[in-house]
Amino acid sequence: MNEEIRLTQFAKHGGCAAKIGPDTLSRVLGRLPKFSDPDLIVGFETSDDAAVYKITDDVAVIQTLDFFTPVADDPYTFGQVAAANALSDVYAMGGEPKIALNIVCFPGDLDPDILGEILRGGAEKVREAGAVLVGGHSIQDDEPKYGLSVAGLVHPDRVYKNFGCEKGDVLILTKQLGSGIVNTAVKAQLASEESEREVIRVMTTLNKKAKETAADFTVHACTDVTGFGLLGHCSEMADAGGAVIELGVEGIAFMHGAKEYAEMGLIPGGAYRNQKHVSRLLDTGDVSEVYVDLLSDPQTSGGLLFAVPENEAEDLLRAFERADLGTKVSVVGRVLESGTDKPGIRLCDKVEIK
Amino acid sequence: MITVNAMGDICPIPVVKTKKALGEMDGPGQIEVLVDNETAVKNVTKMAKSSGAAAESEQLGERQYRVLITVGEAAAAQLKASGSGNASQAQNRPETASDCRTCIGTVVAVGSDRMGEGSEELGHILMKSFLFALTQLDDMPDKILFYNGGAKLTVEGSESLEDLKTLEEQGVEIMTCGTCLDYYGIKDKLAIGSVTNMYSIAETLQGAMSVIRP
Repeated sequence: MNEEIRLTQFAKHGGCAAKIGPDTLSRVLGRLPKFSDPDLIVGFETSDDAAVYKITDDVAVIQTLDFFTPVADDPYTFGQVAAANALSDVYAMGGEPKIALNIVCFPGDLDPDILGEILRGGAEKVREAGAVLVGGHSIQDDEPKYGLSVAGLVHPDRVYKNFGCEKGDVLILTKQLGSGIVNTAVKAQLASEESEREVIRVMTTLNKKAKETAADFTVHACTDVTGFGLLGHCSEMADAGGAVIELGVEGIAFMHGAKEYAEMGLIPGGAYRNQKHVSRLLDTGDVSEVYVDLLSDPQTSGGLLFAVPENEAEDLLRAFERADLGTKVSVVGRVLESGTDKPGIRLCDKVEIK
Repeated sequence: MITVNAMGDICPIPVVKTKKALGEMDGPGQIEVLVDNETAVKNVTKMAKSSGAAAESEQLGERQYRVLITVGEAAAAQLKASGSGNASQAQNRPETASDCRTCIGTVVAVGSDRMGEGSEELGHILMKSFLFALTQLDDMPDKILFYNGGAKLTVEGSESLEDLKTLEEQGVEIMTCGTCLDYYGIKDKLAIGSVTNMYSIAETLQGAMSVIRP
């Protein structure tokens, strides 16, 4: 295989940073006809991660798809990241992935072995998730793209939704933030080896263990933090539940070097689009600008964000520690109010949990 | 005035070009960076400011912006010292101790109570044996800084206190970040060394010949 090829050079925008901005999306989606079906448990009106459809009283199917342009130069790594990211939507709904199909766009003049490696990385993650990979669809395209369509199962009563967080809930995030910024630094060839290794490790980690660990706890709301950044996903949570969320920036785990790279201006455009989108809800208080950039950084294959009752938070944190997720879990904030007609997000230095 | 044309360049190329131009400045002066999108304007401005320079931007036309960077005396000196135009790497590593005003040799910076990533339990064991191993070295470090989770190692109950005492007796200076002790509510439990602040941590790290982060 040609070692000279750097996959990320084919991509104008990397990973979830390639997502179409939330403002554009909501404008376009608003024009689509509304579908309704009594068995559709979760549709897209609450901006959730996947569709959930009830089959029987005990079984609901989760359907999702996700794909993007290269975020890593190594094809095998890119395959792993894209698959982990696609599988994550099923975990974010509380489900277990069962069937996966490949989605492939690949240049006709590029070495097919590269594609082979991408698919091998993806297949590896599907296997780790305990699902089966059964074919897919591929087309020729100048920019390589890869991802999965995933179907999973969940009990209809145990679907995690991104709304439903309650006053007093503690918000816990299962991966450290910074993948968009660190990947930008990697692209600029300014990232340290340590940061580069960390971002790859975080992006290729499945949210499987995190979801399984949380299954023993009360979860009021859950979403995975991806292209809209922590702020964007919190704003969906706030909007959907009429909640006021407070985020304590000093308690949030970031990738090594992320803050430094953000200060140097190695920030993907998606972060600014996310900031614009949440601006109507956001009160940044006295928190310095770099944290706003970090919190709006689009994440690729980010962690799960759980809203749990305060009296269970400590136990859940300990359970995550025992489960050894391989990523940094942190308390990012708490829910100050819920069910109000004035949802919002406030930034502060740190939040205390009892 | 130097002009950097980053029209048509996508993130992070404008920042990389700006960084290069800043690094090539050999005194105070101005750089204008031409870009075609707002993300680049914001990012180039941040790059300039992180290098200690001032930046102003204006829109020249549709999809046409100009960021004017002014490098003053202080910023020029900083850039010259760093040799890279990057404030975050601005420590000018002295070649020998005599070139260094503060003359600190080796500093061990302990930012956690565990060593490495992976198992937490193993991490604690490794950190404990690392600090013990330091006592066995012929060439001991000059200073050990403890901050964030590392602050838990210098307080009552820490399993490394004996080793740290040995190090202190051998002339190794032990300093713990005060903000961190406050944060964890263990300031009154500090059992060895002195309390320090971020200014002196930054100064110590910058002045060190080498910094070891376990």
